[in-house]
Amino acid sequence: MTATASGVAAHIGSGAGTHGSRRRSAGWLGFSPFALYVLLFLAIPTVYAVGSGFFTKDGAFTFANLAAFANPTIIGDFVSSFWVSAVVALLGAVLGAVVCYALMGTKPDGVLRTIVDSASSVLAQFGGIMLAFAFIALMGIQGVLSLFLKQTFGVDINTLSPNGPLLYQVAGLVFPYLYFSVPLMVLTFMPAMEGMRQQWAEAAATLGASRATYWRRVALPILAPAFWGSTVLLFANAFSSFATAAALIDQGGIVPLAIKQQLTSETVVGVSNTAGVLALGMIVVMVAVMALYTALQRRARRWQR
Amino acid sequence: MSHTHIRRSTRPVTMPRLAMIVVAAAAAVSLTACSGAAGASTSASSLSLAEKQKAADAAAFGGMDGLVAAANAEGQLNVITLPPSWANYGKIIAGFQKKYPGIKINSANPNGSSADEVAAAKSQKGQSTAPDVFDLGTAVLGQNLDLMAAYKVANWNDLPADFKDPAGKWYYDYTGLMSIGYDSKQITTAPTSVEDLLGSQYKGKVAIKGDPTQANEAASAVYWADLQSGGTADDVQPGIDFFGKLKKAGNFLSVLPTQATVNSGETPVVIQWSYNNLAWGAQGGSAGNPNWKTVVLPGTALGSYYNQAINVDAPHPAAARLWEEYLYSPEVQNLYLASGAYPATLQAMISNKTVDQSVLDSVGEPPKNFVQLTPEQATTAASLLSSKWASAVG
Repeated sequence: MTATASGVAAHIGSGAGTHGSRRRSAGWLGFSPFALYVLLFLAIPTVYAVGSGFFTKDGAFTFANLAAFANPTIIGDFVSSFWVSAVVALLGAVLGAVVCYALMGTKPDGVLRTIVDSASSVLAQFGGIMLAFAFIALMGIQGVLSLFLKQTFGVDINTLSPNGPLLYQVAGLVFPYLYFSVPLMVLTFMPAMEGMRQQWAEAAATLGASRATYWRRVALPILAPAFWGSTVLLFANAFSSFATAAALIDQGGIVPLAIKQQLTSETVVGVSNTAGVLALGMIVVMVAVMALYTALQRRARRWQR
Repeated sequence: MSHTHIRRSTRPVTMPRLAMIVVAAAAAVSLTACSGAAGASTSASSLSLAEKQKAADAAAFGGMDGLVAAANAEGQLNVITLPPSWANYGKIIAGFQKKYPGIKINSANPNGSSADEVAAAKSQKGQSTAPDVFDLGTAVLGQNLDLMAAYKVANWNDLPADFKDPAGKWYYDYTGLMSIGYDSKQITTAPTSVEDLLGSQYKGKVAIKGDPTQANEAASAVYWADLQSGGTADDVQPGIDFFGKLKKAGNFLSVLPTQATVNSGETPVVIQWSYNNLAWGAQGGSAGNPNWKTVVLPGTALGSYYNQAINVDAPHPAAARLWEEYLYSPEVQNLYLASGAYPATLQAMISNKTVDQSVLDSVGEPPKNFVQLTPEQATTAASLLSSKWASAVG
């Protein structure tokens, strides 16, 4: 959402600069439904949720819920959430970038690129319980792939890890998360790849650069900010995912599941306010990550004009 | 994930027209809502909403006929967290619709927890969508008695004295027994003790219904393991230790079992309430797994009654009260029984001969004494779980 908001704001800002103040007021009028939407469905609920962390269940103000951050289980959840998201982001970014590179060899308005582009739009949104079940069917204990590997090569992927079946542990989340991360990378990184000019390669070649030198000295430095920006986006996306994990590792292990446990517990009663401070913890991580993303985007934009 | 749409420019919507449609729709909805409410208060019952919310028995409506008329005038009933495959709720809801076709049942959040019920009642207080009736675990109930309206069903005396609040704010409805469900294609000999589950033929096969620090049914699996391995209800540590051993042996699965994972063979052993294991087996018909068997182990059995209660701010107070009358009628108590759950009025039904004998024969009489944790024991057990569970299975 942050990216969307800043994108719109930047657009309106530049419009105002060239067309004077009358245009500016019209611009804000057009923007206000969206601003209202963000306020009602993002800002207010966030403040409300985080605020709940600073009250007892009887409504008195307290800092006591912050003690959750000293709980070793909660600390472990934050560590797990962070590293799973980081691994997913890095792997997803590299794989997605490779797909983008391969697509550069196709015609910009050709069938293949159109198909990959629209498939990515759909798959980047495919998550939740459906995705969890798809992966159980693929690589669960009775999964199609698991059984195939076992029968054909004698390799049982679900006995490789000492923590039990691959899919039903925190590390196993990497597989379903990559499923929606790679298409998301293709969507966000493709414009940067498309922005690369053929002339730059030609100019470098004219000056005697080899293909490798061109990539090392010209292309990669130009693409780096967009690449890392997209990586950060993948991180944020994986960090906040919830429903897939809820089906696969129901015993917990990541922060969104700890929040679910605190909010809806019918055994340990009266701890729902702790969920508020956990949400605050997630927001702190996300804000840091989004700030990094915005800074990188600003650098990246210099080259995309 | 909304970021992905940034690049895709959307066609501008002409706001005035859209706004007009929205306003018109909102007006239409609120107008119909008004007329419905007006009809309710004038036609069948002369009681006001507040009076109906305080009605403590059917007599307040002038008897059952008056209650039915008042409920029909309301025309709606909001139930919450009643999964169709749980304790026969699918059939129970369908039966109510058939008996009282004028009352529409809105079933919210079927897979939610007891805590979700309370949260919905609080957050939707005063709205027409708030839950009318609850089906609650005991831990959540004790903390929220101010949300419950006192009401006594017609056959109140059929409920044993320790099954109900003397004031009528809550009353037991049914209990299952903790049981092991297993896929007889993968587990060929039935488990005869909890220790069996630690054996190598159960590797990567045993699942429970959620996180015990969150879900009552999963916590009950831990308490059950505690009782089965010689522990007491006062200290459930042996139960946590058992699951620690199960995890260490590589037998414990953290995936959430569902009818789908049971059918595909992904979760071949599930520890859960007997009525849920039965519902996932042959009893589930074409949706069930015909090879799914249910065993209640010998030794100390564990049960846990769920409680019925009426929301004190029920938007449809007469329908809520009619629902309770319906639930405690022998017809529905037999439906609970048919699912493998033991209804609260079972003993009275056996002596009145209103029990469906063939169903009772197939389900089997409940063990004379099964353990149910007291609210204090449940609180102690829960706090032990919240400090020890994650490290035991992590």
